[in-house]
Amino acid sequence: MLEIEDLHVKIGDREVLHDINLTIREGETHVLMGPNGSGKTTLLRAIMGFSGLDVTKGTIRFKGKDITNLPIHERAKMGIGMLFQRPPTISGLKLGKLLAVTSGDRTAMVSEYARFLHMDAFMDRAINLGFSGGEIKRSEVLQLMVQQPDFVMLDEPESGVDLENITLIGNAIARLLEKDVHIVNRKKSGLVITHTGYILDYLDADFGHVMCDGAFRCHGNPREILKVIKTSGYKECLACQKIQ
Amino acid sequence: MPEDPVKMSELSPEDRERLTLTGLEVEMKNREGSFFQVDQEIRQWTSLNERIEILPIHEALRKYEWLSGYSWNLVKKDKDQYTKYVADQPEPRGFVIIARRGSKTIYPLQACLFLARSPVQHVHNIIIAEEGAELHIISGCASASYTKTGSHIGVSEFYVGRGARITSTMIHNWGEEISVFPRSAARVEEDGVFISNYVCMQPVRKVQMAPFVDLAGRNAIARFSSIVVCTQGSYMDLGSVARLAAEGSGAELVTRAITTGGTIISRGMIEGAARHTKGHIECRGLILRDGVIHAIPEIKGDVVDTELSHEAAVGKIARDEIEYLMSRGLDEDVATATIIRGFLDVRIAGLPDALQAQIDAAIDSAEKSGF
Repeated sequence: MLEIEDLHVKIGDREVLHDINLTIREGETHVLMGPNGSGKTTLLRAIMGFSGLDVTKGTIRFKGKDITNLPIHERAKMGIGMLFQRPPTISGLKLGKLLAVTSGDRTAMVSEYARFLHMDAFMDRAINLGFSGGEIKRSEVLQLMVQQPDFVMLDEPESGVDLENITLIGNAIARLLEKDVHIVNRKKSGLVITHTGYILDYLDADFGHVMCDGAFRCHGNPREILKVIKTSGYKECLACQKIQ
Repeated sequence: MPEDPVKMSELSPEDRERLTLTGLEVEMKNREGSFFQVDQEIRQWTSLNERIEILPIHEALRKYEWLSGYSWNLVKKDKDQYTKYVADQPEPRGFVIIARRGSKTIYPLQACLFLARSPVQHVHNIIIAEEGAELHIISGCASASYTKTGSHIGVSEFYVGRGARITSTMIHNWGEEISVFPRSAARVEEDGVFISNYVCMQPVRKVQMAPFVDLAGRNAIARFSSIVVCTQGSYMDLGSVARLAAEGSGAELVTRAITTGGTIISRGMIEGAARHTKGHIECRGLILRDGVIHAIPEIKGDVVDTELSHEAAVGKIARDEIEYLMSRGLDEDVATATIIRGFLDVRIAGLPDALQAQIDAAIDSAEKSGF
């Protein structure tokens, strides 16, 4: 599904991602962990193709095609979707209007998804204007459900969300990633940034990666990695030589 | 040059389309009354509501002696050269609408002011909503497709009685060399509501106006909304002024302005002159191509317990907003247009659906032509 090879990314004059190699196959969910400022969000933004960062070396391939230089919307159309940790507020643009534009032939599903995420009362509200933390994340997940991407990137889906909303959002993301489908038949893939690991209660992630200072420092079982981080912090990861 | 139309239905298809863009229903569908003036000739007037009267001003002044007390009362004859020009006309033109006590309109009355051949069109309108009446008016102002230059001067005096409500929506569709000088004022009595909307999405040489509302009765409310796109060569000096003269009164002045090369001066002034009053001015401007948006919000408090605020922001569309929508699969042009459409989408509380639909249609039309 996604193959990143020897990726180097600069913001301004500073290289912020170094030598990133990552392969995510169809049906797999990967978890990305790391301290604040380590480059996790930058990696997601580089995969999505956002401006403000330069890929100076390496390639990003999606479904076998080199997308390193494709514009954002073409990547989205190919099947990449992203849940933003802090999406912008677009005053005036109603959530319902945006979903009407993005839903294509899935218009009929919009209200069902909105009800599922308790967002039916928000369709006439400007995107993210005055939304609480949980409402922002529910709006993000709703937009992704309507978009139905094959590869979903989730930037801290549980941050700023209360326990009740985590259950709702976790179940919705599980649906988005086809966790209800047998692993053999599962087509959707994901890359999830998490600090707390709460979201893993709903996702059954397959692989974990730790990023420090813009480079991968560890790959392995996501729950094992999380356990180490919770007990010893990221210094253990920095000292770890287990990287493959 | 084609013959001047006698009725709206006799307009050429091109001019019918121009009027439709100002919100007018040539076939009177969903309208409770109509007034049609071409240059200085009043061609048609009718009301389908027996409790709401619509008349040419010269007939109304003859019919009702008391009406002279309402004429040139809120707008002074010597306010400026434009009001003097209208006041000096030996044969006044324009309309009078009187909504009788407790009357209600479901659909709006429409007034069409059409500039065809005259170098100057002048109108003087008086609109009265008596106690408890509810009146919705849409004024469509346009020039004929073959009219390249000219001026329109319109004086309007609105009287909102106790517990009454007037919504006045004005949509302009002039030409690139036409100058427009509306001069309006309103007085709102106790518990009355005055909602005034101005929409201009098409080129015009100059528009200059600053309607004034005197909130004279307790708990009187006024809301002014201006939604404009200013193209290259256009100059729009738009403002509104509210005086919170009675306890509990409130005013809100909202502007959404886009320049694609023209100059917009967006003024707003609220004076809090009584206790327990509230006023807010909001001006947001987008510069899509080099042009000018100059926001000048003013608030003045005279007493304790008046709460006044303003916010103004002028800039470009944020890159992160465009890219956010692109990440949902919209290409850059569609993402940009979607954001602009949202920017202009001001929901006006208390506006009938039919009028909101006309405002939306004017914005849709501008969107189709790429703003």
